[in-house]
Amino acid sequence: MTAEAGRERSSPIRVLIAKPGLDGHDRGAKVLARGLRDEGFEVIYTGLRQTPEMIADAAEQEDVDVVGLSILSGAHMTLLPRIVEMIRGRGMDDVLIAAGGIIPDADIGPLKEAGIAEIFGPGTRIGDIARYFRDNARSRT
Amino acid sequence: MADGPALLTAAVGGDRRALARLLTGIENGDPTVRALLPQIFAGTRGAHLVGITGPPGAGKSTLVTALAREYRKRGRRVGIVAVDPSSPYTGGAIMGDRIRMLEHSADRDVFMRSMASRGELGGIAASTWLVAAAMDAAGYDPVLVETVGAGQAELEVARLAETTVVVEVPEMGDEIQAIKAGLLEVANVIAVNKADRPGAERSARQLRAMLAGAGGRFASPPPILLTVATAGDGVAALADAIDADRDRARSPEQARIRAQNQVLRAVAEGSRRRAESRPEWDALVEEVTEHRLDPITAADRLIGS
Repeated sequence: MTAEAGRERSSPIRVLIAKPGLDGHDRGAKVLARGLRDEGFEVIYTGLRQTPEMIADAAEQEDVDVVGLSILSGAHMTLLPRIVEMIRGRGMDDVLIAAGGIIPDADIGPLKEAGIAEIFGPGTRIGDIARYFRDNARSRT
Repeated sequence: MADGPALLTAAVGGDRRALARLLTGIENGDPTVRALLPQIFAGTRGAHLVGITGPPGAGKSTLVTALAREYRKRGRRVGIVAVDPSSPYTGGAIMGDRIRMLEHSADRDVFMRSMASRGELGGIAASTWLVAAAMDAAGYDPVLVETVGAGQAELEVARLAETTVVVEVPEMGDEIQAIKAGLLEVANVIAVNKADRPGAERSARQLRAMLAGAGGRFASPPPILLTVATAGDGVAALADAIDADRDRARSPEQARIRAQNQVLRAVAEGSRRRAESRPEWDALVEEVTEHRLDPITAADRLIGS
């Protein structure tokens, strides 16, 4: 750790990157995890094929500030609202929940309505995602 | 964190969200939670604190998962702390231990927490043992602490755990590797994992021969067990060996050594914090940079009496 980083007492933002559903690969999620690490986030990555319960459990035990859901399969309209419901249902009201992957424009409105704070499509720069997380994650006081 | 005592009461009463928040507070040095440390420590219930260490890729996470499964069969509630390295440049980290521990995610009697090492070089973070103590207070026993992938020198875990399990893999090196000082020397139990690979028996035999009669820290050499974590083979015997080490670890002498190490660790962390917050810090570092002052004298000026 550099002296600068060592002197800064503020704690890193903790992010859970999860892949709900039956996607066949997680290349994008891994690239994002790596990119967020390079931006100074503590990233917990859970791997493929997670159920909403598993994601809510992980978010609860890890006490993350942000949950990032990556989904390519097309099942986002069923899975994402259920995950939001489960996370909120456990009293995690202040956790920022965002999504990325293959999500048609027409679905963005309803997903935001359902509690997904932001949706990042293909080609989004990791720096922009990092900035969004920094600006919108709960502050720990 | 506004109401510390209420948070603690909820956490030890079985509220997992409260426990998770308490652990965050410990990890971040939150002042409210810091004030609770005496209560947390006094409220520990005597969980067996087990460190699991070994080189990267030896199968530590998979073995911890298998051990958790075994302890659940025995009716124990299992706490897991998995430490992964922080980047020395950005402070960021990727923690992937949950990938191998998915089977426990729906089990309310397994609590798993990932921790970044946050600049510590000993294989665990500064607050790892306080986090383990809080899990103990919340009724988890054993608490399994998995270190970052360790080389030959990341021995911090052995200074603080009651029982240290060193995970090795077959054909890890010639016989000289086994007699070097370091990782193997601190083992209370050795698991030769991936034992379905060729050379496992021979590796175990070599280790046994090298550690037998070597004297050193213990009266008797540590048990060496063959495991295949992915299949669960040998895991029950490993759990037995860990349990059997508990009495040795609980001797007044060992307990005192551990307490001393805990205090020394806190002293080091405290003086670092104090030094960094001194107004002379920048100027003194500048002087050392230009070789007008040596680091030891600078430290004396920062925290000397």
